[in-house]
Amino acid sequence: MEWINWISKLMIPALIVFIPLYAAYLRTVPVYESFGEGSEEGFPTAVQIIPHLVGMMVAVSIFRETGAMQFYLKLFQPLLSLIHFPEESFPLALLRPISGAGSLAFVESIFRAHGPDSYLGRLVSTMQGSTDTTLYVLTVYFGAVGIRRSLYAVKVGLLADMAGFVASWLIVTMVFGS
Amino acid sequence: MVNHIWLWMILSGVVAAVVQGRVDLVTQAALTGAKEAVAVCIGLISILVFWMGMMRIAQDAGLLEKLARLLRPAVRFLFPSVPPDHPAMGYILSNISANMFGLGNAATPMGIKAMEELQKLNPDPKTASPAMCTLLALNTSGFTLIPTTIIGLRMKYGSADPAEIIGSTLLATMISSLVAILLDRWFRSRYFRSRAE
Repeated sequence: MEWINWISKLMIPALIVFIPLYAAYLRTVPVYESFGEGSEEGFPTAVQIIPHLVGMMVAVSIFRETGAMQFYLKLFQPLLSLIHFPEESFPLALLRPISGAGSLAFVESIFRAHGPDSYLGRLVSTMQGSTDTTLYVLTVYFGAVGIRRSLYAVKVGLLADMAGFVASWLIVTMVFGS
Repeated sequence: MVNHIWLWMILSGVVAAVVQGRVDLVTQAALTGAKEAVAVCIGLISILVFWMGMMRIAQDAGLLEKLARLLRPAVRFLFPSVPPDHPAMGYILSNISANMFGLGNAATPMGIKAMEELQKLNPDPKTASPAMCTLLALNTSGFTLIPTTIIGLRMKYGSADPAEIIGSTLLATMISSLVAILLDRWFRSRYFRSRAE
């Protein structure tokens, strides 16, 4: 499986070489000027995202830092033990859609406590790898182009995350055993 | 719905702080949240500037068009409202490919470029178009062939086989992406029906 890692590592250098070379020698694009033109848009786009992301991350931060999240975790605990969902991994399900850095830190804490090759380690690896930070992606992508009303996008994102978590749980249990 | 989630996170946070008799936690959390958000955007500047420059070269060289032509049937199925020759298609495909190979850094600028192109087709610039929702669904479901971040983290913590979760992750992400696409379709048809009435 080492080679898969290599592909991923080589991908970006390959793109950085291939795109300008192809453009310059096969299409006679003035590459440096072209780069400059495109990259000019980067800064205003990043600035445009700031207010949206501040709004979202303030709410996420209040939710996490005040212990409100802990309260909801405790609330759901009886239900989870009823369906034999591994309790220790549940904070990730709540954290993953709202905070990328927070969920990664949680995965690290599981690795530290149980090791990456334990059942829990594999489970949180799969959960983290198969989902994305829905609220962040929504805020950044829609914020960058000034979309205010997101229609049904949040629902789809959160339900897909949920599907990813349940699927991870079942798959990891089947593949690696509990 | 995002309004409800937002309000609910703030409200339950304030209630939790009040119950503990520590209302100051709210102020602190709000300020750290705002600071973190700005820091994330500052971090995004370099990535956006660099990749948007590269993407412009790729576009000027006709590479994005080529990519779009290569995978046209798949995107036409997912984005029936986007004209097949529209530049949005090339960006959408490069965004999906970057996600697939675990190039999170490159995927975001490409996704934003795709959104900008979709915005040009959008009759109401304040409301997301169905095509935008589909693109978002593909991105929030986290479809990836190689979960690079997680593999790196497993290595750091001394895993005997850091890449062993690739198979299980691939299967799980296929399921979550499939659910995302199906739900998106379902909500989309409901949306069109409600607008037709």
